[in-house]
Amino acid sequence: MFSGFMIHAWEVGTIVAIVAGVVGFFVVLRDSAFPAHAIPNGAFAGAAGASLIGVSTLIGLGVFAAAGALAIAALGRRTRNDVATALVLVGILAVGAAFLSQSTSYEPEVFSLLFGQILGVGTNQLLPVAVVGLGSCLIVIALARPLLLSSLTPDIARARGLRTDGLNVVFLLIVAAVTTIAVPVVGTLLMFTLMIGPPAAARGFTKRPSVALSLSALIAVVVLWAAIASAYAMNWPVGFFVGIFSALAYGLSRLWQWRR
Amino acid sequence: MHWLFAPGLLASAPVRQALLLGFLIALTAAVVGVFVVVRGQSFAGHALTDVATTGGAGAALYGLTPLVGFLTGAVAGAGAMELIGRERAQRRDVATGVVLGGATGLSGLFLYLSATTTSSTGVTQRVLFGSLFSVSSAMVPAALLIGALVLVVMAIVARPLLLSSVSPDIATARGLSPLTLGLAFLLVAATTVGLCALAIGSILSTALLIGPAAAALKVTRSLRSAIIVASVLGVAATWAGIVLSYDSYTWRSSHQGLPVSFFVVVLILLTYGLCAWRRARSTRV
Repeated sequence: MFSGFMIHAWEVGTIVAIVAGVVGFFVVLRDSAFPAHAIPNGAFAGAAGASLIGVSTLIGLGVFAAAGALAIAALGRRTRNDVATALVLVGILAVGAAFLSQSTSYEPEVFSLLFGQILGVGTNQLLPVAVVGLGSCLIVIALARPLLLSSLTPDIARARGLRTDGLNVVFLLIVAAVTTIAVPVVGTLLMFTLMIGPPAAARGFTKRPSVALSLSALIAVVVLWAAIASAYAMNWPVGFFVGIFSALAYGLSRLWQWRR
Repeated sequence: MHWLFAPGLLASAPVRQALLLGFLIALTAAVVGVFVVVRGQSFAGHALTDVATTGGAGAALYGLTPLVGFLTGAVAGAGAMELIGRERAQRRDVATGVVLGGATGLSGLFLYLSATTTSSTGVTQRVLFGSLFSVSSAMVPAALLIGALVLVVMAIVARPLLLSSVSPDIATARGLSPLTLGLAFLLVAATTVGLCALAIGSILSTALLIGPAAAALKVTRSLRSAIIVASVLGVAATWAGIVLSYDSYTWRSSHQGLPVSFFVVVLILLTYGLCAWRRARSTRV
């Protein structure tokens, strides 16, 4: 379980979980659940396109996730238009489906893009994942105060001279970066769960932001470790366990709140 | 006309079946979709598709027909959302997201197991992205019957439903129950999502349900004309998608056609974009 190719899965998985837990905390605080759902879906078409023209999946994911983040920031600036965003999203998924129908890739590849594949993590991905992950974490923590201020009281933030629009773009780009490194591990459709479940659970356990932030990262790591171990033991897809364990952690947190 | 209608198009049995099925499903989706958009339930419509995926994947694993799975999944999802829906808004979004994540994980497991333990191939693509050409002919009468049933139910509840969406107080005063009506409509929407999933795949079905309706509501004022315009747009996009997909086999020398679902979704998206643009232009003046 800890030998050869599995080592990379553990290393990359740990980094991805910490980053998702930290960035996800701000996603939940800022009420950005919808973009966090939309960006990974958009990235799916990028990954499918990259495999069609023979480029690294990470590049395809990165380009499409960043483009998706910018598009959402632009659409969101005018009005809150859920219908338009949902339709654009489904459109991008359909483009991904068209790419897949053209490539000669067979079912397992399609499946691992959507639901994750721990064995899909190669040695050459470790360095980019570590750099992008560390960078995203540092930026988010450095911006923690303005991010909190602008999401809790946008008026005061603007009065203090914060550029809330610019801040939002930066934040969405960070979500895109996290998506890029996490999708190969947990899959397009379950990225969202890893980013939402642990922070939501952590906020149920404690009210203090700094404690909740650390707890969120911790829960994400536990969820992903348990998922990798179970996936290895039972030979089932890792995304299934990420989805189930995240839901479980959230359920436990709700139960804890209810008991008190 | 050969450049548009490839030789043998209308003589092919799968195409004729796809045109018939596509007509009724697009019509049903457009009618129900108008109410989904008017009632502001686009997110619910989208969420139902995730749960329908789980049902479809489970059905594929146990060798049941996908329609049964899509319908069961969506209806069960509607029930779960009714329970979650009684919470405060912010927690509701998170709770819905986590539940949907669990359901998506389960779809992944079902799809994985049916790809590895059964001899069928392409299950993932068939369930998620669908194809109007590959719907088994045994399922057509059932799908047509369910579609017709949804239309009949909509014809009956349309007026009370509209009243309770616009002003719940007046509806209650007149002896209607907005809660019961809401639940009944959610079930009808879930059934429609199941039909759409059969036509263009479960994760794309939002497009068929919401797209034509949202486009029609951009350019019309009354509900009646919105329903008519949405039906026309939905059926036109579906039929054009079928024709283009059939033609696309001849576009490349490798004869690798593009999927019907791709064309249908892209055409709906373009239609919506055009209608939104027209609206923006007319309101600016």
